[in-house]
Amino acid sequence: MKFLDIYSSHQLASFIIYAHVLYMRKEEYKMKRRNTVLMVFAMVSLLILSGTQSVFAAPTIKIGVAGAFSGDLASYGLPTVNAAKLVVKDINAKGGINGQKVELVIEDDQCKPELATNAAAKLVSSRVVAVIGHICSGATKAALGIYKDSELVTISPSATTPSLTQSGEYPNFFRTIAPDDAQAKLATDFLTKTLKLKRIAVLHDKGDYGKGFAELVKQYAEESGVTVALFEGVNPGAPDYSAVVNKIGNAKVDGVVWGGYHPEASKLVQQMKDKGMNIPFISDDGVKDNTFIEVAGKYSEGVYATGPTDTSSNPLAIKAIEDHKKEFGSEPGAFYLNAYAATQALLNAIAKAKSTDYDKIVAALQSEYVDTSLGRISFDKRGDIIGFGFSVFQVQNGKYVELK
Amino acid sequence: MEYFLKLFLSGTAKGSIYALMALGYTMVYGIIQLINFAHGEIYMIGGFTALILGGVFFSKGMPVGLVLFFSVLLSVMYAAAFGFTVEKIAYRPLRGKPRLSALISAIGVSIVLQNFVLLSQTEKFLPFPSYLPEFSWLQPYKAYINSTQLIILAVTTVIMVLLTLLIKFTRTGKAMRATAQDMHMAQLVGVDVNRVISVTFIMGSALAAIGGVLICSYMGQINYYIGFVAGIKAFVAAVLGGIGSIPGAVLGSFVLGWTESFGTGYISSDYEDAFAFVILIVILLIKPDGILGRTQKQKV
Repeated sequence: MKFLDIYSSHQLASFIIYAHVLYMRKEEYKMKRRNTVLMVFAMVSLLILSGTQSVFAAPTIKIGVAGAFSGDLASYGLPTVNAAKLVVKDINAKGGINGQKVELVIEDDQCKPELATNAAAKLVSSRVVAVIGHICSGATKAALGIYKDSELVTISPSATTPSLTQSGEYPNFFRTIAPDDAQAKLATDFLTKTLKLKRIAVLHDKGDYGKGFAELVKQYAEESGVTVALFEGVNPGAPDYSAVVNKIGNAKVDGVVWGGYHPEASKLVQQMKDKGMNIPFISDDGVKDNTFIEVAGKYSEGVYATGPTDTSSNPLAIKAIEDHKKEFGSEPGAFYLNAYAATQALLNAIAKAKSTDYDKIVAALQSEYVDTSLGRISFDKRGDIIGFGFSVFQVQNGKYVELK
Repeated sequence: MEYFLKLFLSGTAKGSIYALMALGYTMVYGIIQLINFAHGEIYMIGGFTALILGGVFFSKGMPVGLVLFFSVLLSVMYAAAFGFTVEKIAYRPLRGKPRLSALISAIGVSIVLQNFVLLSQTEKFLPFPSYLPEFSWLQPYKAYINSTQLIILAVTTVIMVLLTLLIKFTRTGKAMRATAQDMHMAQLVGVDVNRVISVTFIMGSALAAIGGVLICSYMGQINYYIGFVAGIKAFVAAVLGGIGSIPGAVLGSFVLGWTESFGTGYISSDYEDAFAFVILIVILLIKPDGILGRTQKQKV
């Protein structure tokens, strides 16, 4: 019954799935989603079965890689492809997993949710056993429903929206990056437990990132009994913050939290110290930037900032970066180490599970610790990474030093 | 009361920062009714020039006082040359054409200069070393005002007085007033209008450069975009005080600074800009020409 060659049957299958996905969205899930997907699946399997036997003959484990590989956000996605390629190359050089070679199936979503569902459908129809991706949180969320219904483990190196794991909606989702709220939680823990502050001021730059951080800190701080005496946004770029600094002084706080970037932070610490206010200043990874130290100079001394844990001294990270330079002739880009670790963790889980069965891979991801480019990591029940996250840094003698 | 005084002084300091820039806006507007959007960029270029020259002089081992003097002097000259050239290239060919054309040309110059600095220097924030002296006698009052703020306030006041005197009592000032009143008539009685306008731009740009050095020293940082934000607020201040009027620009700046400072202090800094624009609207409703603006008589 070889009336279609394998390529066109794939195309046809993905087209049918895509059409159904669109249909489902349009009908606002009037039909029961699971049934639809099962129905689609039945059709797909039929088509693929009728296609050719070469699918089953090939002894490869297919891993999907999805994300923004073209368009204006491609710089966030392409390092992930490179990372996956390098890890897979290493594994295949060692003979593969459980005697099978690993093969990558790469699909572009340009960080657009509508293309992400399409990419997901294509990956499902290519019979991948798991997916590395997607890159942007919105696209990841759109694609996850499809992977969930097809029971595919999905590990994102970069999607940080907290609800992806915390809603419990996607048991198939894992990530090798800390969620957005982890920083705020860490900063709050630090100021309540380590610095033992009782009354704080929280300022932000009114932007999505800074205000988001500031609001979470306020919420967590109030939950742990700290008084937030002042919560205000300031105008980014303004030459002078002395009025708000006076207000901080008047509020009699024993610490200031800043949500935002370094240009405003350096003006704030400078004007605070000029007025003789020597209270702790705690900020986020927008300030954990060496430019802050250069610009604020002596005023930066003692400032605390949370930022991704420094893994550059990890031998696996050094190897990953060296391999990238050798293979592609350039420094790796954004989320490279996260994607590298995601691929390592996934392949390790498949090896440990000795199977490509969904439940067994999930169990292995959650129970096994594995040495990766991000250090020794595992995943918790919700799918968030254990063993890598944010740390608190302090400026000491003109350098950010990680506080252990 | 102590808090009130702190906010008042912080508003004064802020006002004097705005005033340093507003003076340049108001001078140019007073003469040729052009809102010189490139003023903020000249201010930024002044700051950058001083940063570069200061670094060079300092590495040659010059004492701080001389570094300050020479870098300010040279950056003022450089910025003045910039202002002169910009007027020649971008504004003069449009004189006598609809005012909107010159305005758009000004916005264009502003974008060109920003990107020129972005490409030729850097997109990053750079530290701006303070070459300004620290007064030890001010130490006990540091919670209220610091040396840099005091210097900015003093310089603003001195410049305002000098400009007023210059415009009132010198020949150039007289020519400026004549050009401002009626350009054609001034030409007819033998005023070299081109020269007067060039001098205005040179002076305005020199002021911008002084402002650039002082304000950057105060902020401790510089990048190619600082002129834009500061320029908008200074422009509001100039309109508030009555655009075209020198004391008006300074008064408008202080009113704006105090409004923002008290608004931040007693209500919330979230609405800082809202306070600034509410006061602008209120004053323009009561006095459409600004606090010290002369009422324009409709010519028949």
